Amino acid sequence: MNLDEVLYNSHTSWMDPSGPDSDVVLSARVRLARNLEDVVFPSRMEEEGAQRVLRMVERAAEDLDRDPELGPVGLFRLDDLSNLDRQVLVEKHLISPHHAQQPRGRAVILRQDESLCIMVNEEDHLRIQSLTPGMQLDGAWRTAQAADDVLEGRLNYAFCQRRGYLTTCPTNVGTGMRGSVMMHLPGLAMVGQARQVFSALGKLGLAVRGLYGEGSEAHGNIFQVSNQTSLGPSEEEILRNLKAVSTQVIAHERNARRALLSQTRLQLEDRVWRAYGILLNARVMSSEEAIKLWSDVRLGVDLGIITEGVPVEALNELLVATRPGYIQKVVGRDLEPAQRDAERAALIRHRLRR
Amino acid sequence: MVCQECGKRPATVHLTQIINGQKRELHLCEQCARARGELGIMGEPFTIPTLLSSIITDGGHTFPGAGQAAGLRCDRCGLTYAEFARTGMLGCRHCYQAFENQLDSVLRRLHGTIVHGGKVPSRTGEEARVKRELNRLQEELAQVVIREEYEKAAQIRDRIRELEKKLQ
Repeated sequence: MNLDEVLYNSHTSWMDPSGPDSDVVLSARVRLARNLEDVVFPSRMEEEGAQRVLRMVERAAEDLDRDPELGPVGLFRLDDLSNLDRQVLVEKHLISPHHAQQPRGRAVILRQDESLCIMVNEEDHLRIQSLTPGMQLDGAWRTAQAADDVLEGRLNYAFCQRRGYLTTCPTNVGTGMRGSVMMHLPGLAMVGQARQVFSALGKLGLAVRGLYGEGSEAHGNIFQVSNQTSLGPSEEEILRNLKAVSTQVIAHERNARRALLSQTRLQLEDRVWRAYGILLNARVMSSEEAIKLWSDVRLGVDLGIITEGVPVEALNELLVATRPGYIQKVVGRDLEPAQRDAERAALIRHRLRR
Repeated sequence: MVCQECGKRPATVHLTQIINGQKRELHLCEQCARARGELGIMGEPFTIPTLLSSIITDGGHTFPGAGQAAGLRCDRCGLTYAEFARTGMLGCRHCYQAFENQLDSVLRRLHGTIVHGGKVPSRTGEEARVKRELNRLQEELAQVVIREEYEKAAQIRDRIRELEKKLQ
């Protein structure tokens, strides 16, 4: 498998706009945390232990590679990759920032279409992740579970009957599972209901975080909803709960969009077309501004305000293509922030005029 | 503007200090500012482990047996309970046994429960699967006995015996 093909490609499998509920849900993801029985967890692991885990996982990954449903996959040691390549993997949500910052003794197993991605020696020895376009938590679970079974054919997991899969952090013990749904919620944000909905989700044992931007301000109105607890209920029960609640959030978002459209159509159209105009014509653009305008244009497309010329897939790709690491990867060198802003504006113009 | 310290990364931390009436301006990148301790005023970063730590230590309140717990140590990886309480990270699978009593209360607070009800490893999890099935059958047996369905009870009892043999 060629990693550069993955890194230069701003498209990833979850950007396919044909997924269910893709007007609101960008992607669904399932992550399983697993550890090996006889090695201390990464939090206390020396270099030698890390290399041992890598060797064991490398052999198990060969089985994944040969699996007709799951393979082919490639295993890449993170210290063989440049800083920039690791940053692009973070921007594609394939590895965590933490994994990228401390590359020694760490690796990532990737399927070419990026729908399966396994971090090795992150907080746990294995973090198996499956990503699908739109609302397909069950599909993500099936893939993650299948990969888990193949790996377990070779590796002895740290498991105990009472506590389930044993993890470094007690917040993940049990199923080791985190299901999450990435949603675009501009309607709720515009009618001022986002906070209310999120606080209700918290009471149901779900966590919400903004995917871009820091602290309380989420740029781009993109939020990730995920289960907080992992011990007790089965994987299917956890996902059923997450799905049921996400379905409610989707319905609220659609209601808010309809209300905006019927009550403030002109203002909404103005906002959408202005955003589109800026994206098409700007010469300098920060990533923060890009993601804000992206949100307005995406809403315009989903509501049928913009009816031609902007494929949803191209818009989804901009989520990766406007990030600083990706821009530098495409240009082929390190750039100062001001240079990046110019390159970003050019890249957006090019992609949207295509 | 470039960081005054490393001369490479962009300066994102701008500090104005007045020391003995002398004004000094500093323009640093975050890494260099952190390295110099200039970000000290911001305190500890707000992370999951620090939040978790407050659950483990009960927000600084002393929970029953806290004194003894702090001295506990996992004899396999050497992690002490005090370290766990500080970082929120366990060191190996044996920590779960070494700190079992304390972890019960942490897990109950985090998850509302302490017993796993999900997937079992397919190759190595046979015993766990049998035990879970036994628990389920025993509950079912109690139910059918209450309902006086004795024929069904006999079937379930036979199945329980079969499974118990497997475990021996």
